[in-house]
Amino acid sequence: MSWVYPAVLAGCFVATLPLELVLRARVYARPRRLLATLAPVLVVFLGWDALAVHAGHWHYRHLLGLRVGNLPVEELAFFVVVPVCSVLTLEAVRRRRPGWRVGDEEP
Amino acid sequence: MTYTGAALLGLAFAVALDLVVLRTNLLRRKAFWTAYAIVLGFQLVVNAVLTGQRLVVYSPGAILGPRLLYAPVEDLAFGFSLVLQTLAWWVWWGRRANSRRATSRRTSQARPNPAAASDTRRRLPTDTRRSSTR
Repeated sequence: MSWVYPAVLAGCFVATLPLELVLRARVYARPRRLLATLAPVLVVFLGWDALAVHAGHWHYRHLLGLRVGNLPVEELAFFVVVPVCSVLTLEAVRRRRPGWRVGDEEP
Repeated sequence: MTYTGAALLGLAFAVALDLVVLRTNLLRRKAFWTAYAIVLGFQLVVNAVLTGQRLVVYSPGAILGPRLLYAPVEDLAFGFSLVLQTLAWWVWWGRRANSRRATSRRTSQARPNPAAASDTRRRLPTDTRRSSTR
């Protein structure tokens, strides 16, 4: 059992918090849009992960042993934390470069 | 199928999602590539920890072999696909909400409704308030 994996994910979460709180990325402030974004991504990547583990492409060692359903909690957390950090980064770029269009601006 | 094949498939899937399915065209935007470059830097560090500590172990038969900071090169395609798919959906949901709002505003302007007139004063601040979805 190792706390390294959860600690790394927690580090990602904490390191990107200032983007929301200081730079006002407004990602956690739009929870419905965030959940609607995460849902299809989770379906695709948890599916990929399950197939890859089944096919023997990779396997995990030293997991905490906590599971959500049949899923190790680290895997679920990874596919939530990484997308959230990505969205925070995009929104932070938008805040710093207001002239750059992202594609969702009002017509 | 090897991880190499799956990674290429995942890459193609993300590109198709962005350019053809959702038509978010993030691949043509500076904002996306800037955000991706930042995420990539952190991805290499996080991946180096997870693979370097052997918390995730790859089957030698499933990968090409070359590694970048402990992680197999296939992880670059995996990570790119994850970031591109996520941001394409994020932008797509935002665009949908914003275009719906713009449409409903145009219709309410085009057909002034006497019943809504008393509502005008209450509705005005909505336009000046920061959008909740943008």
